Amino acid sequence: MTSILQKPRMAFDLSELPLHGKRSASLTWWGTLGFMLIEGSGFALVLAVYLYLASIATEWPLGAPPPDLLPGTIVTAVLLLSLIPNMLVSRWARQEDLRKVRIGMIVMALLGIAPLVPRAFEFSALNVLWDSNAYGSITWTLLGLHTTHLITDLIDTLVLSALMFTRHGRNPRRFGDVQDNAMYWNFVVLTWLPIYASLYGIPRL
Amino acid sequence: MMRAEAGDLQHSIAPDMRDTDLAPEVLDRQLERVWGTPATLWGILATVDHKRIGRRYVATAFIFLAMGGVLALLMRLQLAGPERRLIGPDRYNQIFTMHGANMMFLFAVPVMEAIAVYLVPLMVGTRNIAFPRLNAFSYWIYLAGGVLLWVAFALDMGPDIGWFAYVPLSGPQYGSGKRADIWAQMITFTEIAALAVAVELVVTVLKQRAPGMSLDRVPLFVWAMLVTSFCVIMAMPAIMVASTSLILDRLVGTHFYNPAEGGDVLLWQHLFWFFGHPEVYIIFLPAVGMISGILPTFARRPIFGYLPLVLALIATGILAFGLWVHHMFATGLPRLGESFFTASSMAIAIPNGVQIFCWLATLALGRPVLAAPLLFVLAFFFTFIIGGLSGVMVASVPLDTQVHDTYFVVAHFHYVLIGGAVFPLMGAIYYWFPKLTGRMMSERVGRVVCGLVFVGFNLTFFPMHILGLQGMPRRIYTYQPDMPWGGLNLFVSLSSCLLAAGFLIFFIDIMRCMRWGLPAGDNPWNAATLEWATTSPPRSYNFARIPVVSSANPLWDEPELLVSSGLRVERRELVISTVAAAVPEARDASPANSIWPFFAAIATTGMLISSIFTPWAVVWGSLPVMVTLIGWFWPKSTPEDQA
Amino acid sequence: MRALATSLALLCAGCTGSQTVLAPMGPQAAQLNWLLWSFILICGIIWLLVMFVLVLALRYAAVPSQRGERRAAVIVGVSVAASALVIIVLTVMSYAATRGLSVAADDPLVIRLRGYQWWWEVTYTDRRPDRMLVTANEIHVPVGHPINIELSAADVIHSFWVPNLVGKQDLIPGRRNDLTFTASRPGVYRGQCAEFCGLQHAHMALLVIAEEPAAFEAWRDAQLQVARPPETIEQEAGRTFFVSQPCAACHTVRGTNAAGTLGPDLTHVASRRTIAAGLLETTRGSLAAWIADPQTIKPGNNMPMVTMTPEQLRAVSAWLVDLQ
Repeated sequence: MTSILQKPRMAFDLSELPLHGKRSASLTWWGTLGFMLIEGSGFALVLAVYLYLASIATEWPLGAPPPDLLPGTIVTAVLLLSLIPNMLVSRWARQEDLRKVRIGMIVMALLGIAPLVPRAFEFSALNVLWDSNAYGSITWTLLGLHTTHLITDLIDTLVLSALMFTRHGRNPRRFGDVQDNAMYWNFVVLTWLPIYASLYGIPRL
Repeated sequence: MMRAEAGDLQHSIAPDMRDTDLAPEVLDRQLERVWGTPATLWGILATVDHKRIGRRYVATAFIFLAMGGVLALLMRLQLAGPERRLIGPDRYNQIFTMHGANMMFLFAVPVMEAIAVYLVPLMVGTRNIAFPRLNAFSYWIYLAGGVLLWVAFALDMGPDIGWFAYVPLSGPQYGSGKRADIWAQMITFTEIAALAVAVELVVTVLKQRAPGMSLDRVPLFVWAMLVTSFCVIMAMPAIMVASTSLILDRLVGTHFYNPAEGGDVLLWQHLFWFFGHPEVYIIFLPAVGMISGILPTFARRPIFGYLPLVLALIATGILAFGLWVHHMFATGLPRLGESFFTASSMAIAIPNGVQIFCWLATLALGRPVLAAPLLFVLAFFFTFIIGGLSGVMVASVPLDTQVHDTYFVVAHFHYVLIGGAVFPLMGAIYYWFPKLTGRMMSERVGRVVCGLVFVGFNLTFFPMHILGLQGMPRRIYTYQPDMPWGGLNLFVSLSSCLLAAGFLIFFIDIMRCMRWGLPAGDNPWNAATLEWATTSPPRSYNFARIPVVSSANPLWDEPELLVSSGLRVERRELVISTVAAAVPEARDASPANSIWPFFAAIATTGMLISSIFTPWAVVWGSLPVMVTLIGWFWPKSTPEDQA
Repeated sequence: MRALATSLALLCAGCTGSQTVLAPMGPQAAQLNWLLWSFILICGIIWLLVMFVLVLALRYAAVPSQRGERRAAVIVGVSVAASALVIIVLTVMSYAATRGLSVAADDPLVIRLRGYQWWWEVTYTDRRPDRMLVTANEIHVPVGHPINIELSAADVIHSFWVPNLVGKQDLIPGRRNDLTFTASRPGVYRGQCAEFCGLQHAHMALLVIAEEPAAFEAWRDAQLQVARPPETIEQEAGRTFFVSQPCAACHTVRGTNAAGTLGPDLTHVASRRTIAAGLLETTRGSLAAWIADPQTIKPGNNMPMVTMTPEQLRAVSAWLVDLQ
């Protein structure tokens, strides 16, 4: 107990520091980044498996026509479009404008649901089943993995939207959460692009 | 849950009360009230104190070590003579699979992360780990994964496919029952746990360091854990992808590993070893950090070559990802490509050499005190270098074709893992035990333990090199009497008793000294790093006032440790600092105790175990997970939510 | 040390054949042996040096000084450079050995080896289809002639490893691997599956029997014959039982109706030294014991127990042991 009872020399006054760190001064921002790194590694590995299986196959796609472009392209378009309101929400959150953030979150929730509709058709547009052959297995897995991310981020967005309408909404921490959620949505959209290019491009090479 | 709210609302103290002018006793009482864990069942389940979680993580990992050791003894009993019928092939295959999987996934990686969970926040001078609730969740998930594996083994459903679970043996056609699925799902549990801790450690190290602890003042153990955590983050997704695709092959009929439908058997090996080789460094790098922590204290001088040691850690972490093919030299990959992996595998000897030479220089330039922790480090030098050099042999493609999958390799990796990681770990236990418990371990017993384990280890494992060269393959449950292996195997089996006796005394001494060891004081070894600047064991809040650092060896270089002031005392508050220079940039709140991580772990466990049996479990099983996560993250109007 | 190891290894080679890295019996194994001892020597010296320095470091009473620090820095730097140099030398040696081992042989004898849980199917290829030959668990090779083994697997991964002759190579489902070796001295060399392949991984051995070319050709001609006809009434009864019972569903005996392919070809089973992939010496007794209760002798193997009377068992074993 000695170190408690000694009178220490105080050299550093922290009392003027803010009560909450923003962006790179916030732990959740770094945590989100960490989980993006983990999931990014996961996406990269599954893509590597796709390329590996394609490289050892005599023909690619295996015993199936290339996937139909329409549903996947609609998903891509919706996702890219969603980046604009997503950035706006992030900006409004930074400005701590609760009214705009509330509207933005509803828009983002809707834009989270929107790609799921063409995504449902995207699976059948692959023209192969997961248990037909290895090509089917890896395409379904890639698409499934990305869909899981769409759904989990949608749930996050829905819960956060609800939160913004409660008494907890008016809190700099919530605005930070909204920004982190927006950053994560960017990640989900951007990881889709190489998957889209591989799923639809490589079978057509 | 209700009690959490109640506990949080008990604020008789004015909001925004600062520590600046508080008398030490008042400060202690108030901080203990805010940071402490009540001694109730709820407290045990809801605590997010990194020290409590770290301690139970370490204890659990050591229990798994003991259980894995018993399995090893059973194998030695079976192999003591030719064609013994003590254990049949089915049980034996489960036993060696359990031994490997248990030691790698339930002991080695968790124990290193566990010690980091305990020590890193103390070493960087903060009050709790980043994301403390995730930390609690991580422990429960780890525990569930371990219990799943061992219960399955007790029910004769233990995996029997080797810890590496090669397809097609583990695939839908040859892996019968649910054994392979249990292996794969145990992987999911332990990897979730390990990844969570990795993220916590990275963020703690980057953002929660005490004011002034710039990157060139970070203790080397902390550096080692930072590099290790990045290795975990990059490597573990590979095994998650592998085990998930294996479960898909087995459960829903995908064809990732079925060559008849365009899949590939070697794809498994690439994925497994892309994780599996970094895994070795995920175990070894923390041990290296422990040595760099122990050596200066007992050489009584600062570490020699701080910067080269940091660079060597980083270089090892990067090179670890370029070696995986050296586990596949017998699979018939193109020879030129294999030779590249020979070169990269041998190149990793260079950063390891840098570390060893710097440690030798530290010893040479210091005035070494041969206390128990240092003895374990010396045992490390003797054994690990043999393992490293036999590793150079295994890295050579042509030599590997002779020794791969023989007892030579069994000897090699036990020299690396026990010599390279367990000896430093035991040294670390002797070294940090006083900090954890406030009591010293017995120096005399420590010498006996070190001697027994060191001699027992070498007598057990060195002959295995010879057995391997004499043609004895791994993973055989018996051998025929006409093979010339009986004598050495009997010798090895007898020696293993010596090794086991050493561990037994070690465990007994730990228990004994927890109660009856001599009181330690804050800094019994006169060490230089921040964990020794607080009480032993530390209070719930770690430091009454956050230290200010102006050197890499603050307790040696600063006659009186400077501290900071101005933190609030009626909420859990800690300092956020910049990544490179550790300049404080915010006083942020740290989450309070919560039961939700425990509930979330139960929900996750239910989902993961059910999904062994039906893929739909992922759908309905995720609902309770979602509910518990919302409970976890929903704001509770505590002072911690203020900003 | 080395001579001792070699003689020790040879001492026990008499019984079932030698299985050791330390007694090379062909150019490939000899090269690997040379490489092995070079590595052991170099690594041993390095280890001794480090231990020597460690002892010095512990005994040396240092007086803290700037000069001492600088000198240590130089020594550490030189040591790192030296270890890098050793690493480069070892890498080059290893690469040279790899190249030396992968030189393609002229006109090799091509043998196909297919791994099954837990036995080996051996096929001798020939330009003339009628000279193709299928046997099991025993590979005869002519001394001095390069052998090219084509490796494949029927079920799970296995690994072919006859350490006296050459390093191991895996048998992988869906892939084909090649391995070239030459036996330079007549002898019996034992090999064992080196990749964990399930319950009876421990009992999946094979023998490589290196013979003078003339003896090899004689063996090959004998193996090309169909099974010899029964000579006694008991043998006749054994054959009748064999071809009419489940045995024939899995085993082939050329010259009879038995044409199963799930188990080893038994046309000349009695000419082989062992049965059950190296587990038992081939005698009438061991054959009978094996047929009577394969699951006790080799638990988990794929041969079922066929119900038969003691007379039938005697007859079948009498016939099989005659299949030279």
